[in-house]
Amino acid sequence: MTAIAPEKRRGLFRRKLIDRVVGILSILALLIAVAGMIWIIWVVLARGASVISWTFLTEPSKPYGTLNGGIANALLGTVEITLGAVLIGVPPALLGGIYLAEFGKGTKSGNAIRFSANVMMGMPSVVIGLFIYAIMVIPMGGPSGFAGSVALAVLIFPVVLRTTEDMLLMVPDALRESALALGCSRARTAVRIICRSARSGLVTGIMLAVARVSGETAPLLLTVMWSDAWPKNYFSQPTANLPVLVTEYATNSPFEEQHAAGWGAALVVTLLVLLLNISTRIIFKEKNHAR
Amino acid sequence: MTNIPRKSIMDPACGDRLFRIAAAGSAFLVLALLAGLLLQLGVGSAPAWREFGFGFLVGTGWDPVANVYGALPAIAGTLLTTAIALILAIPPAFVTALWLVDAPPGIGEIMSQALDLLAAIPSVIYGMWGLFVLVPLMQDHIQPFLSETLGLGKIPFFGEYGNGFGFLTASLILALMILPYMSAVMRNVFRMTPSILRESAFGVGCTRWETAKDIVMRYGIRGLLGGIFIGLGRALGETMAVLFVIGNVMELPENLYASGTTIASTLANNFAEANGIMRSVLFALGLILLLLSLGVQVLAQYYLAMTGASRGEK
Amino acid sequence: MHAEEKIKISVRNLNFYYAGDHQALFGNTIDIPANRITAVIGPSGCGKSTHLRVYNRIFELYRGQRAEGEVRIDGQNILAPEVDVLELRRKVGMIFQKPTPFPMSVFDNVAYPMHLHFKLSKSEIADRVEHALRGASLWEEVKDKLKKSGLALSGGQQQRLCVARAIAAEPEILLMDEPTSAVDPVATLKIEDLVLQLREHFTVVIVTHNMQQASRISDYTAFFYKGEIIEFDKTEKIFTNPSCKKTEEYITGRFG
Repeated sequence: MTAIAPEKRRGLFRRKLIDRVVGILSILALLIAVAGMIWIIWVVLARGASVISWTFLTEPSKPYGTLNGGIANALLGTVEITLGAVLIGVPPALLGGIYLAEFGKGTKSGNAIRFSANVMMGMPSVVIGLFIYAIMVIPMGGPSGFAGSVALAVLIFPVVLRTTEDMLLMVPDALRESALALGCSRARTAVRIICRSARSGLVTGIMLAVARVSGETAPLLLTVMWSDAWPKNYFSQPTANLPVLVTEYATNSPFEEQHAAGWGAALVVTLLVLLLNISTRIIFKEKNHAR
Repeated sequence: MTNIPRKSIMDPACGDRLFRIAAAGSAFLVLALLAGLLLQLGVGSAPAWREFGFGFLVGTGWDPVANVYGALPAIAGTLLTTAIALILAIPPAFVTALWLVDAPPGIGEIMSQALDLLAAIPSVIYGMWGLFVLVPLMQDHIQPFLSETLGLGKIPFFGEYGNGFGFLTASLILALMILPYMSAVMRNVFRMTPSILRESAFGVGCTRWETAKDIVMRYGIRGLLGGIFIGLGRALGETMAVLFVIGNVMELPENLYASGTTIASTLANNFAEANGIMRSVLFALGLILLLLSLGVQVLAQYYLAMTGASRGEK
Repeated sequence: MHAEEKIKISVRNLNFYYAGDHQALFGNTIDIPANRITAVIGPSGCGKSTHLRVYNRIFELYRGQRAEGEVRIDGQNILAPEVDVLELRRKVGMIFQKPTPFPMSVFDNVAYPMHLHFKLSKSEIADRVEHALRGASLWEEVKDKLKKSGLALSGGQQQRLCVARAIAAEPEILLMDEPTSAVDPVATLKIEDLVLQLREHFTVVIVTHNMQQASRISDYTAFFYKGEIIEFDKTEKIFTNPSCKKTEEYITGRFG
């Protein structure tokens, strides 16, 4: 066959130029995204830090118009609600994760559950809030901190379920087999031996889930709403909490002071979430290096 | 050999069984929750469907006093913001994933972590930043720049004068929020390309970009689609960030600078005062969102499962 | 060395380093003759593939790997920075250990390099695709399946598809890195026949673990050991009367 004529060649310069340009655009996109992140965190830091003081953290919030409100009640409320969510949501998630990893591996139902858990993780949190509103807030006659905990627990559940399963599956089979060979029951093996071995991974999963729900606002808007009081009636009354405080002060208040207070609360939430996130990464990295 | 005793209730083997049942029950809770969600929203919204019928889906009025409700503005707003967010976020997600996979070890790792941190920021914080920083910026600088300096205002539907709130602003924030998720999934997909295939492409004389565009992308298309659906799902359901900046007006989108609403922000906004039929209407909106999200998530997981990467998010 | 042969690739004092300054090739010096089949043999990990991969600079894909020395193809040192790597890789085709069809149809696989490097009309591309597939002894088997995915072919067919793809953009040199190691014995023989035919138009350098294969099809053979070229001569001589003791030990199977 005749050789291809040289005039028919495609410009090498053009091809390389396109390659270069795409490379530059990639870096640009990355820098813009990271800059965006830094910008957001910077704004929260700058506007929130000036508001944070000992009084701010220890005084409860005051009704609109009153000066010198703090966020202490909201802080306490958030701690209560999150703790409640962890206590409600984590144990069944751990159990379920053990089931998937130890008993349900490769089974049809196991696969169905895993698929469903992944799907659940992508459900909008506002829809979950709606669900809990329907089954708890309406029958109970009103919002409560408890309903909020249940809503957050529903969000935590599939996440911890999957991370537990993943962590347990990373434990080598040899360990399982040696435990069983010694006469250990499946349950004992799973709990005492496998879980212990995957301990830090399990904790990481829980911490990540907590980080995820700590900033969740929409479900709390629908189930807990807001209160200026101290969180005393967790099971029957709206409970003060940070995310809804931020929303209330930012969107429903004309007062500058409350906007500022909103930033302070936003800073607290951000720090909490980032701290949890970064520490899980560090723990996980160490664990991987130690292996 | 001594007799092996028969089983009794105190026997570890029985405890084993109980544990198994408890564990299985917990796992099956997932299915129960999903079913419960569908059921509850279906039941709760039934009065609204009975009253308004399917006209609800295309109705545009919203006047609680006159008992007029239409879902179209919310649905249109959701679809519009999601679409624009995807258009804005997919190319950067793609190219950042490409770059990060081949990046020098030190910098690549740091940048990866930084990008992933973007995903950790709670949406209410995005909302705050959006409201107090981005909105004024849009109003004073970006919107005039786009519509006057660049002349984009002449394009129909783009918008000429904006107050900083509205669909474009909301879409921008959404894009920033879904970018790290899609990038992370795409990174995983690219890492799974066999190196021998990449070497073949280079061996034939491809540039890095040509390798990515013609070969790697095709090889991993299912995983890439899965990642896009994950981003889609997040954008659909995002509530707080959108709530702060979209303007919260129950109107059909007139142009990109106009204020409007999405299903999620309508729900968040109206729940406090809702009762009676309005509650049911909100349940109906929630059901629509649930079904949309369910569809998207199932598709996402389906595509991701095909690549062997069964986890969509870290 | 072999004065009657025209030299295609001329390597002088090639040293190669993996990331972390781990040296893999030591002062390689060799002249690959044009339009002949040169086999590269040696025990695992001795640098055969590493050496081959310098010829098309495919090692540059990996950070930290570098080559020092001179590798002249038709007189031009291809390791020099001003050399256009894309053009080099058009001129030097490579076939890998496992068949690597692109995720596209059979036709598109072969047409792809042509699209990359040339602007041709549809009919011209179709002609050249047929020509390349014939050149790879694959045309008869796939002429009705051109639209099917390349991955739908058998292993041996896939590898011949890779050959067709490699020759589509009119290279001058073909590098083959253990091309039959992942392919069944019947397909192996087909590919070996193909390699013998390719010699007419291309310079072939083939790395192989299989000494019988090397003695069957190659004109010249280079014996590598621990990153050095121990001996390079006509295949006949290497296998019947090697000059170096190490070569003889390897040939007779005392190690490797």
